[in-house]
Amino acid sequence: MGILSAFLILIMSVAAVFAVHTKDLIGASLLLGFVSLISAILFYLLQAPDVAMAEASIGAALTTAIFIMAVKKTKRFEDE
Amino acid sequence: MNRFNKIFAYSSVFLISLCLLVVFLLAFRAIPFGADTMDVGHFYLEDAAKSTGSANIVTAVVLGFRGFDTLGEVMVLFLGAVGLGLVLSSQKDSTHSPAKTFPSLILKTMADLVFPFIVLFGIYIFMHGHISPGGGFPAGAVLASGYLLLFLSQRGGYHIRLAQRVETGSGLVFVIVGLAGLYFSGFFLHNFLPVGRLGSLYSAGIIPVLYSLIGIKVGAELGGIIYRLFGE
Repeated sequence: MGILSAFLILIMSVAAVFAVHTKDLIGASLLLGFVSLISAILFYLLQAPDVAMAEASIGAALTTAIFIMAVKKTKRFEDE
Repeated sequence: MNRFNKIFAYSSVFLISLCLLVVFLLAFRAIPFGADTMDVGHFYLEDAAKSTGSANIVTAVVLGFRGFDTLGEVMVLFLGAVGLGLVLSSQKDSTHSPAKTFPSLILKTMADLVFPFIVLFGIYIFMHGHISPGGGFPAGAVLASGYLLLFLSQRGGYHIRLAQRVETGSGLVFVIVGLAGLYFSGFFLHNFLPVGRLGSLYSAGIIPVLYSLIGIKVGAELGGIIYRLFGE
């Protein structure tokens, strides 16, 4: 359980750092959705299944979709 | 002179942080770490399940003891949805629309298969909010993610007018249930129905009713947000 949590936290931090540094905004929103998904798993491991449910449905599904729709209404790549 | 200024700046920063450290240490000494200071927490843990009939203590607090705050929370979400609708409807006539893409066969088939189960799961969560983890807000989000799948597969079949009616109606019924509590027992949102046996589905008085209303309302609201974003 400890090793699994550490592994998940590691993946989550790497994904979060990539989400900040990538220039592709749709990719960044997908990475944020991935971060939310892993934090939902972590919430479940920490015995908070209600928070895990909310995080999985809001963070991983709805927010990602809303971000992607907002990006599609603007431009996909960030100018330097 | 410059060098002297630098030394002065560094030493003053050091002194200020030292003073702050001492102040914080003294302040933290006054806090009894590890000791129980929250009487209300003990009250909830020992008494909440018995007095509200809700086995899930989070639900007992959210709807039993803090029902009025939950009404405010629902209101905040409603205002967010209204604000988004205002912003999106004001720029409806902008000509540049995203390129029309069509869903793949896999997405369409899977959406047909999975959608009923997602809706069933959402309904299960809000109906069992008083006995198992979950509640109205996650249930509404799950319902809305089902609608999201519906929009992604371009099935149609989402009636925005009906959803708005349902949303308004459930918000209204929430307030009416609260007023019924005011009428029957003298407090707004008071649990006037019989509490029943702890842990059974038909227990906890008005709490499952309120959570079902919240679930339906939140689902319709978030579904409306998705509908407006996908702009049909």
